[in-house]
Amino acid sequence: MAQAIAFLLNGAVETVSDVPPTTTLLQYLRRHKGLTGTKEGCAEGDCGACTVALGDPSGDGALRHRAANACVLFLPMVHGRTVTTVEGLGRAAGAGPNGADLHPVSRAFVDYHASQCGFCTPGFVMSAYAAWLEGEPLHKRSVDDLLAGNLCRCTGYGPIIDATLALNGAPPPGEDRAVAKETARRLQNAAYAGSLAYENGGQRWFGPTGLNELADLYEAHPDATIVAGATDVGLWVTKQHRRLDTVIDIGRVRALNELTATGDTLRIGAGVTCTDAFDAIAGRWPDFGELLRRFGGRQVRNAATIGGNIANGSPIGDSPPALIALGATLVLRKGKARRRLPLEAFFLDYGRQDRQPGEFVEAIEIPLDTGAEELKCYKISKRFDQDISALCGCFNLRIEDGAVASMRIAFGGMAATPKRASAVETALWGKPWTEETVTAALPAFAEDFTPIDDMRASAGYRLLAAQNLLRRCFHESRRPLRETRLVGREAAFA
Amino acid sequence: MNELPAKEAAVAAPAIEGGVRAARVHDSAAKHVSGAAIYTDDIPEPPGTLQAYLARSERAHARIVSMDLAAVRASEGVAAVMTAGDIPGANDVSPMAGDDPLFPAATVEYFGQALFGVAAETVEQARAAAAKATVVYEDLPALLTIEDAMAAQSLLEPPYTMAKGDAAAAIATAPRVVEGRIEIGGQEHFYLEGQAALAVPGEDEDMTVHCSSQHPSEIQHTVAKVLGVPNHSVTVEVRRMGGGFGGKESQGNLPAAAAALAARLTGRPAKCVYDRDDDMLLTGKRHDFRIDYRAGFDEAGCILGVEFDQALRCGMSWDLSGPIADRAMFHADNCYSLPNARITSYRCKTNTQSNTAFRGFGGPQGMIGMERVVDQIAATLGMDPAAVRAINFYPHKDSDDDEGKIAPYGMAVEDCIVSDIWSELAGTSDYAARRAEIRDWNAGSPVLKRGIAMTPVKFGISFTNTTLNQAGALVHVYNDGSIHLNHGGTEMGQGLFVKVAQVVASEFQVDLDRVKITATTTGKVPNTSATAASSGSDLNGMAARDAAGKIKRRLADFLAERYQAKPADVRFDAGRVHVGAESLTFDEAIGKAYAARVSLSATGFYATPKIRWDKATAQGRPFFYCAYGAAVTEVAIDTLTGENRLLRVDILHDVGKSLNPAIDLGQIEGGFVQGAGWLTTEELVWDDKGRLMTHAPSTYKIPACSDRAPVMNIRLFDRGENVEDTIYRSKAVGEPPLMLGISAFMALSDAVASVGGYRTYPFLDTPATPERVLFAVERVRRAAEADS
Repeated sequence: MAQAIAFLLNGAVETVSDVPPTTTLLQYLRRHKGLTGTKEGCAEGDCGACTVALGDPSGDGALRHRAANACVLFLPMVHGRTVTTVEGLGRAAGAGPNGADLHPVSRAFVDYHASQCGFCTPGFVMSAYAAWLEGEPLHKRSVDDLLAGNLCRCTGYGPIIDATLALNGAPPPGEDRAVAKETARRLQNAAYAGSLAYENGGQRWFGPTGLNELADLYEAHPDATIVAGATDVGLWVTKQHRRLDTVIDIGRVRALNELTATGDTLRIGAGVTCTDAFDAIAGRWPDFGELLRRFGGRQVRNAATIGGNIANGSPIGDSPPALIALGATLVLRKGKARRRLPLEAFFLDYGRQDRQPGEFVEAIEIPLDTGAEELKCYKISKRFDQDISALCGCFNLRIEDGAVASMRIAFGGMAATPKRASAVETALWGKPWTEETVTAALPAFAEDFTPIDDMRASAGYRLLAAQNLLRRCFHESRRPLRETRLVGREAAFA
Repeated sequence: MNELPAKEAAVAAPAIEGGVRAARVHDSAAKHVSGAAIYTDDIPEPPGTLQAYLARSERAHARIVSMDLAAVRASEGVAAVMTAGDIPGANDVSPMAGDDPLFPAATVEYFGQALFGVAAETVEQARAAAAKATVVYEDLPALLTIEDAMAAQSLLEPPYTMAKGDAAAAIATAPRVVEGRIEIGGQEHFYLEGQAALAVPGEDEDMTVHCSSQHPSEIQHTVAKVLGVPNHSVTVEVRRMGGGFGGKESQGNLPAAAAALAARLTGRPAKCVYDRDDDMLLTGKRHDFRIDYRAGFDEAGCILGVEFDQALRCGMSWDLSGPIADRAMFHADNCYSLPNARITSYRCKTNTQSNTAFRGFGGPQGMIGMERVVDQIAATLGMDPAAVRAINFYPHKDSDDDEGKIAPYGMAVEDCIVSDIWSELAGTSDYAARRAEIRDWNAGSPVLKRGIAMTPVKFGISFTNTTLNQAGALVHVYNDGSIHLNHGGTEMGQGLFVKVAQVVASEFQVDLDRVKITATTTGKVPNTSATAASSGSDLNGMAARDAAGKIKRRLADFLAERYQAKPADVRFDAGRVHVGAESLTFDEAIGKAYAARVSLSATGFYATPKIRWDKATAQGRPFFYCAYGAAVTEVAIDTLTGENRLLRVDILHDVGKSLNPAIDLGQIEGGFVQGAGWLTTEELVWDDKGRLMTHAPSTYKIPACSDRAPVMNIRLFDRGENVEDTIYRSKAVGEPPLMLGISAFMALSDAVASVGGYRTYPFLDTPATPERVLFAVERVRRAAEADS
């Protein structure tokens, strides 16, 4: 069991035992290492100025690189991984006025006038670098998604997009791949690969690798805070300035990182990230996939888990409405005991869930009986990408012989918890699927929901938009999606 | 500088690398992309540096009954606690009016106001200590909104009016009249780098401050005032900012003063860096406005008279609200010749952040008021708004309609080329055909609707406070022929430094890499104005040219004497200096001049000519010239949810003769997106206690990558040339393009109007969030249903 945080920082071994475990990677880079190229723009994972590339040894002995927000990543979470900062791209100090020795990714940003004030630039470069290392094909639409988690206030993005797209023509990263392979081999070493138990300044951090190990730890430390990607808990520290005495990181538990489709169920381990769950979900339910894509920027999705999105109990989490509409079951684990409950039953009230001390989310199980076109998911936010829902409505609708054979409707942002629209469902169930039925069901929304006014939307807007989403769902059951969609799947004007 | 021959033709084909007109990359680009560009918080901290944190008011308006800071002082790591009573000099960090205390002595005036400061070994310790204060408030009535302030007549000064002719009479006799109100939201700057200052105490009472500011001189003067020392004791240096947009014109005063005070009290270096939430809660923003309007016009759409009542939320103090409100009035005409106009401004004092400069400085809000009027006139007459706009434009610069050129504030608009830009853009954007196609398409699309709008921009260039239109520069030529350039302008990403360096390279006729760009510092160029009002390259380019000219004249005199020629026969060209038949490399010429004891260092200075403004009579010529542009934006809305997006943008913008086309295009594109963001996704929300609820990017949404229109065609107006003698006949570019974003808002209004068959005017307010768009759709739909 490792007791020091060990990782490779820009290729060099870094062993840390002298900082509190809730030190963020960004703080560590800037304050302890003097690597000030990585910037703090928001300290909440929304602007991407702190983007670094993280490398994980993958199954085939290679390194898999992903962009991450260093500002909400606790240092122990990089144990056993590689961290590449903008300085690691080489020749930072010696680049010279014309940037003669720049890395091809950096070079493209210079050539296309992609920086103005330059403060966001290292983050953009690192997002592009991680994609370039992975050989990710880039085109006009995908580059929007690649860069959704990086904000720029100066350029209007055009030159940044051009620079990033130009990387498709850059030399293939052969040499970098060889280095990555060698690095992956180094990380197999026990100092990196095993469990972590770290303590500093009276704060404890556990990074177990086994599921039973996790269950035992949490039972022994039921007051511990569980983190997976820390895209939410990170903010408890960086925004609320809370002290976390004991943290258990489930991100290293191999069994929780499994995603399996068996027979009639898709099982997603609590540690599976949104990025890793994407293909399995988008392939079956394209609308859920789009919802997942709009979950947050790339860096957030690379870290955030669906399990965490459920466990944090937020009324505006985006996955619960879709999962409730799909009839998902939550698997909870405490010690050796497991129990299952329908997801909607997990959310009791604002900030309160049906979870016992020492009990954690192990997995989410989704029945596979809903067809791709039966599930419609709609996220409404002020901005399309990297925003939190004002409301999110998911409709699982089966029409047989012109009538509503089954209907599961769930909303986020409309109540203190993600919630089913039971009265609306009742108003529709068994009725002919017609405009008249839909219109007649609209008043039932006010029975199901009494939404609040807040900075994202007014109660009046939320209620009206929720009703209109049912109307959209009806429209889309009859007409092509391009008649109703501005973004995402089959969007108009694409 | 007027002695310098303005031989523009000589510049047309530069044989040097990186002279004016060259599309050079930003001078720091290679450092930006490699993380080597150093911002204030990146400067290696001197040993013993303290971190200062500002505790904030929990009330919008309250008397401070008591403030018990004993536990704060006793907290771990604390080196100093700073309150109003600890300030050796003046307790004032305001830019003009003396009404912004560093720390309030008796009364807090907004929720989030800096209350006291803590300097500790780490920022975590300072923040934890600050939380241990016990503050007892006695609440006072708080005015939070324009509505509150107007009802209470809480104004910073009496209403101020600019007028031309008799607007009321013209409207009364006009064949047609429109009236209404538009509410315009504010805007957070969201520079990616927050406010930051590092103060390092020196010997005597000296203080050196490194900070992220558009106005180093004001930081210097503020710090000196707060510390009670002469200005000469304080040196302020700014290498670069991670964005400014006006938000670092005055708002950096407070953190710099706090850092300097901590440094003074402890004798240790001290740093004050706002994190994002601190920054958004503490600092002022773009003013929100409420504009009431009434306009009379004829059946052809020709405007006969307009009245505007502009109420703006200034916040708890003046800051720069006076000139900002003035500029909103100066731009209430936008591009339109108004035979009769009355513009009255109400500067509302509220218990909120003191609103401040933001790209456009009130101009955008004033302009939106006018664009709303024109749009509504077109809707009333069933005309294409673009046609109504075109018939009301100011006369072309070549026109002899002198009366038509007079703006409501008495200035003759003598350089108007908006009609040239307008007709060219209408053609290249295919505006008319697309507008017709969109209307057909909408008729067959029940849920999604498209809209299109073409809007113009005229923006006056100069500080309206005439005094501020001055700049200085310092140029050294070292004896190896390398050049050190310094001037009073600051670099916030806009490319000022490379433009001025290109001017100096052109003047000396050497390659750009000969010119070393150096950090702005009050120790080299004193008494500078803020880098603001888009004036950076106009002012500093001229000052640097003046400095270079002095050195060139000394060189010419020396070389003429040495080679028995006339100074007028000395010619600088492509890295060489020609003296009659002799030809030397630049380095040889410099080497000889040095050996002959010729001074190779000079200061330069520039003061903008021709301008004057008399506030008492509201008449004068506040602007040296105007910049022009126009944009066509096409949008789509979802009438079920109000969601919306930009589909295509076409821009034609006038930068005169560009100093650097790449930099200018970047300013135009970025300005448009920032303007469109202001009017769409960017919404500031305060709760009923006056607490800002949108204080981080999780809740305040600036445009992201995918919000950019998939098609953006941006061009410089290639016939552009400044009629005034500006630096190489270029025009300012920082602010004007932001207002091209108004076309996006007007296009959204057009899309909403489609729901009612274009018979009901939508009266959309800004920002056009999904909620505002959906409610406008509902209003228009209900009105249309009531009609039928």
